Amino acid sequence: MDFFSDPIAFIANLLRTWLAFIPEPWLSLLLMTFGVVVVGSAALVLPLFTIWLERRVIARMQDRIGPNRVGYQGLLQTIADAIKLMTKEDITPLGADKVVYNLAPILVVISVITMWAVLPFAVNIYGADLNIGVLYIVAVGSLGTLAIMLGGWASNNKYALLGAFRTVAQLVCYEVPMILSMVVPVLIASSWALAQGQTDFNPMSLKDIVVAQQSVPFLLVAPVAALIFFISSVAETGRAPFDLLEAESEIVAGFNIEYSGMKFGMFMVAEFLHAFTVGALVATLFLGGWHGPWATQYPLLGMVYFLAKSFAAYFLIVLMRAALPRIRIDHLFEINWKFLVPLAVAAIVVTMVVNKLVDPAVVGLGWNALALFASNLVVAWVAFNWASAQARWLRRQEEAKLQALPDLPGGHDEAHSPAQPAGAH
Amino acid sequence: MTFPQLIFWVTAAVILASALQVVTTRNIVHAALWLIVTFFGVAVLFVLLDAGFLAAVQVVVYIGAIAILIIFAVMLTRRVMQDTGSQTNRHLIAPAVLIGGVLFVALLFVFSRTRWPLSSAAVPPDSLQILGLELTSPDFYMTALVTVGVLLAAAMVGSIAIARDEEKD
Amino acid sequence: MQESWVFVGIFFLIAAVFPAAPIILQSLILGPKKNNPVKNSTYECGIETFGDTWVQFKMQYYIFTLVFVVFDVGMMFLFPFAVAYGQAPAFTLLVVIGFLAIICSALVYVWRKGALRWV
Repeated sequence: MDFFSDPIAFIANLLRTWLAFIPEPWLSLLLMTFGVVVVGSAALVLPLFTIWLERRVIARMQDRIGPNRVGYQGLLQTIADAIKLMTKEDITPLGADKVVYNLAPILVVISVITMWAVLPFAVNIYGADLNIGVLYIVAVGSLGTLAIMLGGWASNNKYALLGAFRTVAQLVCYEVPMILSMVVPVLIASSWALAQGQTDFNPMSLKDIVVAQQSVPFLLVAPVAALIFFISSVAETGRAPFDLLEAESEIVAGFNIEYSGMKFGMFMVAEFLHAFTVGALVATLFLGGWHGPWATQYPLLGMVYFLAKSFAAYFLIVLMRAALPRIRIDHLFEINWKFLVPLAVAAIVVTMVVNKLVDPAVVGLGWNALALFASNLVVAWVAFNWASAQARWLRRQEEAKLQALPDLPGGHDEAHSPAQPAGAH
Repeated sequence: MTFPQLIFWVTAAVILASALQVVTTRNIVHAALWLIVTFFGVAVLFVLLDAGFLAAVQVVVYIGAIAILIIFAVMLTRRVMQDTGSQTNRHLIAPAVLIGGVLFVALLFVFSRTRWPLSSAAVPPDSLQILGLELTSPDFYMTALVTVGVLLAAAMVGSIAIARDEEKD
Repeated sequence: MQESWVFVGIFFLIAAVFPAAPIILQSLILGPKKNNPVKNSTYECGIETFGDTWVQFKMQYYIFTLVFVVFDVGMMFLFPFAVAYGQAPAFTLLVVIGFLAIICSALVYVWRKGALRWV
């Protein structure tokens, strides 16, 4: 067995010969634990790099320099910060619920790291191949919601509780379009696998979803679902422009206001790792995962492709964070329930119907992909036209209402100031 | 004792212990948290039965949705967090014992009389496909699926109608 | 399949150790321990804490969660069908679309009622 064609099996064999003195069930468990530690610590070390990357990129966008002193170009800045956090005093506020307060930062990291258990890094480099991989991601992600709720509640602080409520409402609402948009890749993977005559195929496992994207990445087949998934999972991370949970100007820091030292650090790590994990999920579900030239022969090359695609998606998230202002809370929920959810349902229905009409088993994958792409364009066109018409109607109504008012101090100018609420009707 | 058996006994103990905590703990938010531990234990049991889909649904629906709803509902109620009153009262002890005893005996009777069908066959690898086909097939569960849809819609309409009845739009 | 679940189980255990280790290291060993009541009081923008923290809050959060629970349960039925979609006969599409239409009609009711509007 060659290291370059199947690195995991090669290393496993090597370790098996070295550790042959351990009896069998324990040896397998030990090897698995070894794999878990490798994947988990890789995931935990990643934020050390991405935090630096993010600070530098955002600094560049804001015409600053960013951290550039510690190490080459400031690369070691995050490690310095971590060491500083390690030497801070651990403060538990009076009246806090001690057990829950200490549990929350651990649970929030668990909920993000365990997503990495099912990510396929290359054709034969993956942790677990669950036949419900997509749902596993959702299930684990919902533990994070719970952790934030607990952290905010246990702190015995009004801002923390308020932040936790906002967070949970936001995360819970954006979970709906996220799950709905995850149905679309499963649908397409299911029908394409059948058309290609693949056996032993689980359309819900992330590994097989990537396999199904061999010829066409799902981004080109289901752009609407990809967009919805991207938006709603960025909202799930709770970062700008969806950072109402820690809106500094309103609720100071939100659910993690009372946390200090490493516990605060763990919330930070979880947030940054979650952002990168979202990039990795976008790469897996919609960008073709590890697929690329020669990726099947050389899995390590596939891993490079996968990381490159993940970083591309992650970079988009960072740019969004730097470029867009924070969304208002009524807009946040209205976009979700009145736009993303109906659009996601429409995307599912259209994908189902078009894919059955233009059967990939009959006309071939190419025509099927083209038909799905065209139908997605139609859905997007209709949706955005409808949304802008709706917005125009709301704005006109708002203006009419303001003009009907008797003369106010400041008079006509106020009617056109952007600070007026636009949500009422 | 095999490895799955060991996990089963540990999980079962955790489920029972946390279920006991749910009814005995005084802080109602802690009760909700113990309930979550119970749900998680049930998910592990589903995994042991090779029913990964049900395990994931258990976590997504019960921990991700119902538990959050329960915590919200707890926080909506008035001053429950400071409640330090006794959890039991001394009235109606005789009826309580009577009803509890009758229920216990009835359950014991049912459990001992039921023939639990066991199958040693392995779970088919395409069980999810079969489930999906049968859910939508008119010969199997199509009616049930549509009924579930109606039930969910009714639940949503009903709860909103009750929660917002004072609003006039 | 069971083997994958063992991997996931170990992952959960190890994933708990990863964040717990630095927290314990900092709070028990490295960090200073000089508590006083003022330092330990909850933060409230500089003024002294008053009143209860655990108070009633906006009803709106609860309504969103209710709508979410219904959608969450409904969506779980879509996944087995999505897995079987390749082999599913065309008729079953009508069943699923009907199912989605029923749930979405409830969403439309909630929308018309104005419960989705943040007030």
